[in-house]
Amino acid sequence: MNELKQYCTFLLDGLFFGVDVLGVQEVIKFQPMTQVPLASRVVSGLINLRGQIVTAIDLRRRLELDDRDQDSPPMNVVVQTDDGPVSLLVDDIGDVLEVSDDTLEPPPPTMKGIARELITGVHKLDEGLLLILDMSKVVQVPQLKEV
Amino acid sequence: MSEMDEAIQEFLIESDENLSQVEQDLLELETHPDGSDILANIFRAVHTVKGTCSFLGYSKLESLAHTGETLLSLLRDGDITLTPAIASALLKMVDAIRQMLTCIQETTVDGEEEYGELKALLTELQKGDVAPSSQSDAASSDQVSEAPVDADQTTAEGEQVVNEEPSADEVALSVSPTAVAPVEHASNAAVVEEKKEKAAPSGDGKSQSAVDANIRVDVGLLDKLMNMVGELVLTRNQILQSPMILDDAALQTSSQRLSLITSELQEGIMKTRMQPIGNIFGKFPRVVRDLSMNCGKQIRVEMEGKETELDKTLIEAIKDPLTHLVRNSVDHGIETPDVRQSNGKSSEGILLLRAYHEGGQVNIEITDDGGGINTQRVAETGVKRGVVTQDQIAKMSERELLNLIFMPGFSTAEKVTNVSGRGVGMDVVRTNIEKIGGTIDIQAHLGKGTTFKLKVPLTLAIIPALIITTGHERFAIPQVSLLELVRLEGEQIKKFIDTVHGASVCRLRGTLLPLLHLGQIVGLDVKESGSKNPETMESPADASDAEAVENVVNIVVLQADGQRFGLVVDEINDTEEIVVKPLSKQLKGVPVFAGATIMGDGRVALILDVLGLTNRAGMTIQHTENSRIDQLEKGFDGIGSRDTLLIVKVGETGQLAIPLTMVARLEEIKMAALEKACGKEVIQYRGEILPIIQLCDVLSYQGTPDADSGDALQMVVISHGQRRIGLVVDRIVDIVDEHLQAKQGSTKPGILCSAVIQGHVTDVLDVQQLILDYAVLPAEESVEAFIEDPVGEFVGV
Repeated sequence: MNELKQYCTFLLDGLFFGVDVLGVQEVIKFQPMTQVPLASRVVSGLINLRGQIVTAIDLRRRLELDDRDQDSPPMNVVVQTDDGPVSLLVDDIGDVLEVSDDTLEPPPPTMKGIARELITGVHKLDEGLLLILDMSKVVQVPQLKEV
Repeated sequence: MSEMDEAIQEFLIESDENLSQVEQDLLELETHPDGSDILANIFRAVHTVKGTCSFLGYSKLESLAHTGETLLSLLRDGDITLTPAIASALLKMVDAIRQMLTCIQETTVDGEEEYGELKALLTELQKGDVAPSSQSDAASSDQVSEAPVDADQTTAEGEQVVNEEPSADEVALSVSPTAVAPVEHASNAAVVEEKKEKAAPSGDGKSQSAVDANIRVDVGLLDKLMNMVGELVLTRNQILQSPMILDDAALQTSSQRLSLITSELQEGIMKTRMQPIGNIFGKFPRVVRDLSMNCGKQIRVEMEGKETELDKTLIEAIKDPLTHLVRNSVDHGIETPDVRQSNGKSSEGILLLRAYHEGGQVNIEITDDGGGINTQRVAETGVKRGVVTQDQIAKMSERELLNLIFMPGFSTAEKVTNVSGRGVGMDVVRTNIEKIGGTIDIQAHLGKGTTFKLKVPLTLAIIPALIITTGHERFAIPQVSLLELVRLEGEQIKKFIDTVHGASVCRLRGTLLPLLHLGQIVGLDVKESGSKNPETMESPADASDAEAVENVVNIVVLQADGQRFGLVVDEINDTEEIVVKPLSKQLKGVPVFAGATIMGDGRVALILDVLGLTNRAGMTIQHTENSRIDQLEKGFDGIGSRDTLLIVKVGETGQLAIPLTMVARLEEIKMAALEKACGKEVIQYRGEILPIIQLCDVLSYQGTPDADSGDALQMVVISHGQRRIGLVVDRIVDIVDEHLQAKQGSTKPGILCSAVIQGHVTDVLDVQQLILDYAVLPAEESVEAFIEDPVGEFVGV
């Protein structure tokens, strides 16, 4: 009876996150990036994905986590949105997990800040907690304020 | 059902085209009332609309088209002649049919409106001013309406009739005005068919092949193709830049082929999106006709270069601005007939629409022979509206005053009409044209007329751009906004760049050019970004700190919104054709970038929005600034204190200076290329015959310094208007920016004066004299125009 759902999982600052696998277009290794000056700091830059220009969002910054080490290049998780593909920079990529929704719980009420808006639920798995992200909200970058 | 929908869709598209044609034909008919072919065309088009809509069951539409068709058939048969009233009624019918078509498109039914009044009017007009009053309206309309149907049924017979009785046409026509109705219409039916058939052998061949050779293609598909070709171009560039190509001959050959094919494919796809500008122009006669009737003016529209093609998206983009300019010319430009006559002009005004290609751009001119623009009134209004101050006006040139009309909130019209004059518009026109990378200029002669000149690019998707580097990042600057590049080294930096109250300026040919530092604007502080991604660039970290460390300053002189400024960048790389890609939603709030593109090496580069840059830097339009710009322009014309000169060596000792403004190109030619024409030396140069002057001989300098220079000759191509000459010199030395002071006049013909340039006594060439003496004058240009030219004043300081 329990519905199974597949999640593409990845690591960010030691935390285990998942997004709906159907929304993920592909996962690619770090690409050289072009910075966009004056843009929000959440936007790391632009990458050339086979002739298509894709904006890369640093998920650590989006989730207001600490910046990652300079030495460990991030991975790109390219997700599809209504306005074309967007790349999410993550620390490391995990497996695609099939989980049943009876392990799902709402995010703990003690969770604060931006995470509360972006995390829709938590799966209790044997190996740890899987945090589910709301993709449509993650790719919405807050408008930058005038410097 | 879906098949039916498709049929309706096709009917809508076809009818729309037909109606546009009818509209144009009707207007043409008004000027050439004897055009029976045109009438036949109109009749056929309306008949087709009628036929199809009856088949699809749109009875109201059919009945209206039918009434119009009846009137048209009388016109075509010469029973009545075309009057403005009839033309207006027919145009109204076209509008009404359009409305119904729109209604069909939206609701699939042809609406509630019966257009009884219009139909009554059309029926009334059938009586005409000739006197076939013996025919009852009802009868004639009935019979004529049947005529085509009859004709359709008797197609096969009709053909025979035509073949056997070639004179049937004449007989029928001569009989028709007086003949008894039934007989007449029977023969008319034959005539209809006959005309069709007659047209067939000649016309059919064309129309048949036109139908067969054309297919309708979804614009979305074309857009997709265009995108893919754009990507192909990028991939091609990447391959061509790959170092591997150089090692492999076979790879080299195929990559060259790839390059060629890609270019051709790109061109081909671009062509599919090209549309003649006539598509917009075609709408204007109607607009002008209706407007001029409203304003009580007589205006004739003339068009040139209707076939000039440009990208579909651009056609869409310039439609509204052009319409606005046309309305403006009709409303404000051209005077009423009595005013025109009292000014000694013909009562009919002329509005000329002209389009042509020039330098990879499309130029569009809208010229009227109306009252021109009174700059005095412009100035007064400008002050009244608070757009400028009295002081500023005093300093402004004629051209600046004219350009005031593009300022927001400006209008000189004394009364606001429903046509134009609300003070919004001209600024919107300019903004819209600039948005697509175009420019607009205005020329007006009081009492004689006004010309608006628009320059728009051919296409938007692929544009030429200058690639620059700042803070280790590359940026592309669209070439339309680019004016010139300036490079200052060492001592020059201190000499030319000053800081006024924190704002840097550059002295460029004696005027001040405001400078913006790209690195500062985009917040790419060199040191910071250098430490952030040290791996991105191989150049040393200090290579680009233009101000302090390096002793080179690169300035890109740009123009946006009528103002010039210099953009200081670290490095100027190259010009390249780039494919413009929009920025994603996440970056929409960033003001200084217009898009992004992929470079040959696969990296993404941002495209700078020149207008956005100025806004970001807080530059505001200041007229004092503008007047400086005007001086800058004057500087080019030769009265500025500084002049750019090309220094050449002639003979053993001679050093000559040639004004750079007159130099078209520097070329190296083979001695063998020299030929003789009329006993004078010439060479074949770019498809024309270029007269050659051996400066050494003409100016009798001594000897040649290096006789062993082989058979290569250094040639300076001088051009002025259409005249060109080639000056053979011994060596090209330098280009200098000098303040010229004539130290000594000259007695030698061909030399204007002598001056000290860079420590050498240098003779300044009298280019004007040389051209007069040697260049072959094209027949159509008068010598006076040439003499009036200010070139002679070049060193007349």
